[in-house]
Amino acid sequence: MLKLPIYLDNNATTPMDPRVLEAMTPYFMQHFGNAASRNHPFGWEAEEAVDYAREQVAKLIGADPKEIIFTSGATEGDNLGIKGVYEMYASKGNHIITATTEHKAVLDTCKHIEKLGGEVTYLQVKPDGLIDLKELEAAIKPTTILIAIMYANNEIGTVMPIKEISTIARKHGVLVFTDGTQAVGKIPVDVNKDGIDLMAFTAHKMYGPKGVGALYVRRKNPRVKVTAQMDGGGHERGMRSGTLNVPGIVGFGKACELCRLDMEEDTKRITKMRDHLETELMKLEEAYVNGSREHRLPHVTNISFKHVEGEGLLMGFNKNIALSSGSACTSASLEPSYVLKALGLGDDLAHSSLRFGLSRFTTEEEIEYTIKAISETVLKLREMSPLWEMYKEGIDLSTIEWAAH
Amino acid sequence: MAYSEKVIDHYQNPKNVGTLDKGSKNVGTGLVGAPECGDVMRLQIQVDDATGMITDAKFKTFGCGSAIASSSLATEWLKGKSVDEALKIDNMDIVEELNLPPVKIHCSVLAEDAIKAAINDYRVKNGMEAIKFEESVVH
Repeated sequence: MLKLPIYLDNNATTPMDPRVLEAMTPYFMQHFGNAASRNHPFGWEAEEAVDYAREQVAKLIGADPKEIIFTSGATEGDNLGIKGVYEMYASKGNHIITATTEHKAVLDTCKHIEKLGGEVTYLQVKPDGLIDLKELEAAIKPTTILIAIMYANNEIGTVMPIKEISTIARKHGVLVFTDGTQAVGKIPVDVNKDGIDLMAFTAHKMYGPKGVGALYVRRKNPRVKVTAQMDGGGHERGMRSGTLNVPGIVGFGKACELCRLDMEEDTKRITKMRDHLETELMKLEEAYVNGSREHRLPHVTNISFKHVEGEGLLMGFNKNIALSSGSACTSASLEPSYVLKALGLGDDLAHSSLRFGLSRFTTEEEIEYTIKAISETVLKLREMSPLWEMYKEGIDLSTIEWAAH
Repeated sequence: MAYSEKVIDHYQNPKNVGTLDKGSKNVGTGLVGAPECGDVMRLQIQVDDATGMITDAKFKTFGCGSAIASSSLATEWLKGKSVDEALKIDNMDIVEELNLPPVKIHCSVLAEDAIKAAINDYRVKNGMEAIKFEESVVH
C-alpha cells in the first residue's frame, strides 16, 4: 500500500537500513567502550568492532583498511583532505585545481586556502556538467599539488571521469582528491582502478547513520600524508584525533557491506524506476533534463519544467512528496543553484528545476504517484503562468524588457 | 519553511486566474518582475469608464506560493474598488493578511507594483498622465 509522504530527496540523506540499526544497537549500551582503551575488555570489544567496520568500509572501495580514517562526515573529510594536503605539501607547491560545481564543503575549503595564500583554479564545466580534460591538463603548473574533483555531483548526479583525471594527474605528479559522497555505495568506486589518492565519503548517503564518514588516504604508490586539522589524542594514525564514534562506525561498516552486496540488484531496480519517472515527466512540453544523461548516477535525475517556478511547483505536492529544487526560494541565498548556472542554464531554467533522488526503498507505486502529482501540478501552474501564456502565443521572452528588481 | 493557511488556500484555490483583453481601452495591464528573479506577475484590471470602478481583475503569476497568493489576494481586493482606492493598497496590507515571513515580503511588493503598473497602463490608454511612484524600497 502506498504510504505518504514519499521520500525522493535521497541526495540530501537516505533513510537508514534496518539491518544497519540492528548492527549498531549493541554498541550504545552493551559494548560502550572506548576503542582507544587498550587495557580492558570494554576497550578491546570496541576496538575489534571498529577494526571490522574499517575492513567493511575499505572493501567497498577496494582500499586497505589502514587507509581509512574515520571522520564525522564528508564535510570533515573534504576539509581534512584538502587542507591537510595543502599544509603537508607546502614545500612542493601551493596550487589546487577544482571545479565550479563542487560541493560547498570543497569550494569554501578552497576559498579558505586562498585566504591563507594558496592559489586555486576553478575549472568551468561543459553544459553536460563534466570538466574538459584538456583544460584540466592545461591548468596544471609546477606548483600544483592537488586536483580536487568530485566523483558525482549532488544536484545533477553527473559522474566525472575520475580515472582519466587521475591519469593526467599522475603524469604530472599531482595528487587526486575526490569527494565521493554521492557515488560511494551507489556505483562501483575502486581507489586503485580509479587512481584516487584521497577520497571523502559519508555513511548517511548510503543508508547508514549521520555523523560518521571516512577519508581514504593512499598509503602506497604514492604514500600520501595529510596534516591533522584537529589536535588531540592522536587517533586514526595521528590524522584525526577524537574518540571514535563506535556505534556510528559499526553502522557505517554495515552500510558499506550492504551496498557492496546489494549494489548490482539495487542499481537495476532503481535505474528502471528512475528512467520511467524521467520518460514520463519528459512527456510534458518544455521539460529538460539537466546534466549528462550518459555519465550519471543511476538514482538521480534533475529536470527543469520551463515557465513554472520550482518552489511554487514543490508547494503543489510537498506535503506528499519530498523533493528539492534549484530555485532560489528554497535556499537561504535567494540565488538559484550555482551548479545549474554553471551548466550555462539561464536563471529562469535554474529556478524551474526539481531534483529527484531515488533509493533502495523507493517503490514503483511511489514513482507512479509522483509522475501523476507532478504532471498535474506543472499543468496547473502553467495555466497560471504569464510566461507560459506568452510562450504559447509565440512571444520570445528574451525580447521583453523585464523590470529588473 | 511552513506556509500560512491563507497562502496555502490561495495557492490551492487561486482567485481570478486568467486574462483580460489587453487591447481593450478599459483594461489596464501590469507586468512586473523578471524570469531571472524567479517571479513574474501579470495583473489586469477592467474599469467602468462611467463610474471609475474596477469591475473585474485577473492575474497570472510565475513564482512561489507566496507570489501566487499575493497576486490572487490583490485581484480580490481590487474588484469593486475605484481606481483611486486601488492606489491605496499597500504591500504591508498583503503581508499582514497572508502572514508572509520577511523573506517573502518582496512578493507583496511585486503585487503592489503590479497594481500600480496596471493602473498606469489604464490611465495612459485613456489619455491621462502616468502617476510617478516612488521606487519601492524592498527589491
